Amino acid sequence: MNRYLLPLAAFALLLIVLIVGLKHAPEKGVIVSPLLGKSAPPFTLPDLLDAQNPLRSDALRGHWSLVNVWGTWCEECRTEHATLLQIKQQGRVPIIGIDWKDDDARARSWLADMGNPYDHVGADREGRVAIDWGVYGAPESFLVNPAGTVIYKHVGALSPQIWAQEFLPHLL
Amino acid sequence: MKAHALLAMGLLLWAPCALAVDSTPPLPDPVLQQRYLALTHELRCMQCQNEALADSPVGLASDLRRDVRELLQAGQSDDQIRDHMVARYGEFILLRPRMNWRNAWLWSAPALFMLIGLIIAVRVLRDRRRRVDIDESDADVEPFER
Repeated sequence: MNRYLLPLAAFALLLIVLIVGLKHAPEKGVIVSPLLGKSAPPFTLPDLLDAQNPLRSDALRGHWSLVNVWGTWCEECRTEHATLLQIKQQGRVPIIGIDWKDDDARARSWLADMGNPYDHVGADREGRVAIDWGVYGAPESFLVNPAGTVIYKHVGALSPQIWAQEFLPHLL
Repeated sequence: MKAHALLAMGLLLWAPCALAVDSTPPLPDPVLQQRYLALTHELRCMQCQNEALADSPVGLASDLRRDVRELLQAGQSDDQIRDHMVARYGEFILLRPRMNWRNAWLWSAPALFMLIGLIIAVRVLRDRRRRVDIDESDADVEPFER
């Protein structure tokens, strides 16, 4: 009896460690952003639709904003577009777009064809701003509070459900 | 036949990843180039996730390689460049994780297991020797016991 006790105890301990590890493992494929709780990275980008009026990160101050990283090469962004238009219609937060490594003309016609949910769209042609935001795959969306702090990040297409369940509670 | 077609399609999907991907000219300073190669092999491509920056053909990887090059040329140290990447993408971007309080137990596990193994080995050996001693002392008295 005694000679089996120690290995059994060790095995039980291992099981507990593995179960706890599995329970606490982050959702597969989703990387927790180190940006959460920190100041949104400062940037200046040419505005896609208004060359005279560049988009600065100051535009994120004084009110909640939704920052959405997209591109016309991104199929998921097409799926997401209807949700963005709905969010725009609700009028709870202005949506700031970052058009990531895109062709300006193609991006303009995308917005002309499908509707423009954005209050401002910056053209991040070299992808530098996206890297500062820790973006690794479009679409990605960030919720930024009036102090300019990143509160929440969603990787992948937004849907009305995700907006209602994961974003709206922060705004209440 | 169908299986062959599927296999061919699968292989074709992998093809872009098999090419040598970093086509940028080497940095003029050979020391910087050496550090550039080392860094791009130890930073993860966040899109292809199990590939290093150096091996990944996706756009984000080449953008991050560009950033590594620029930071090197700006005179930043390897650690500063690692910190720069970690500040944006988290520890996950390091293919070789750093030791910290959260994972210290993991780093110490090999030593711990070695110690446990040693303790068991010593006990087993001591036990065996004692048994041999007993056998020998018993040998004269009851030679035919076994």
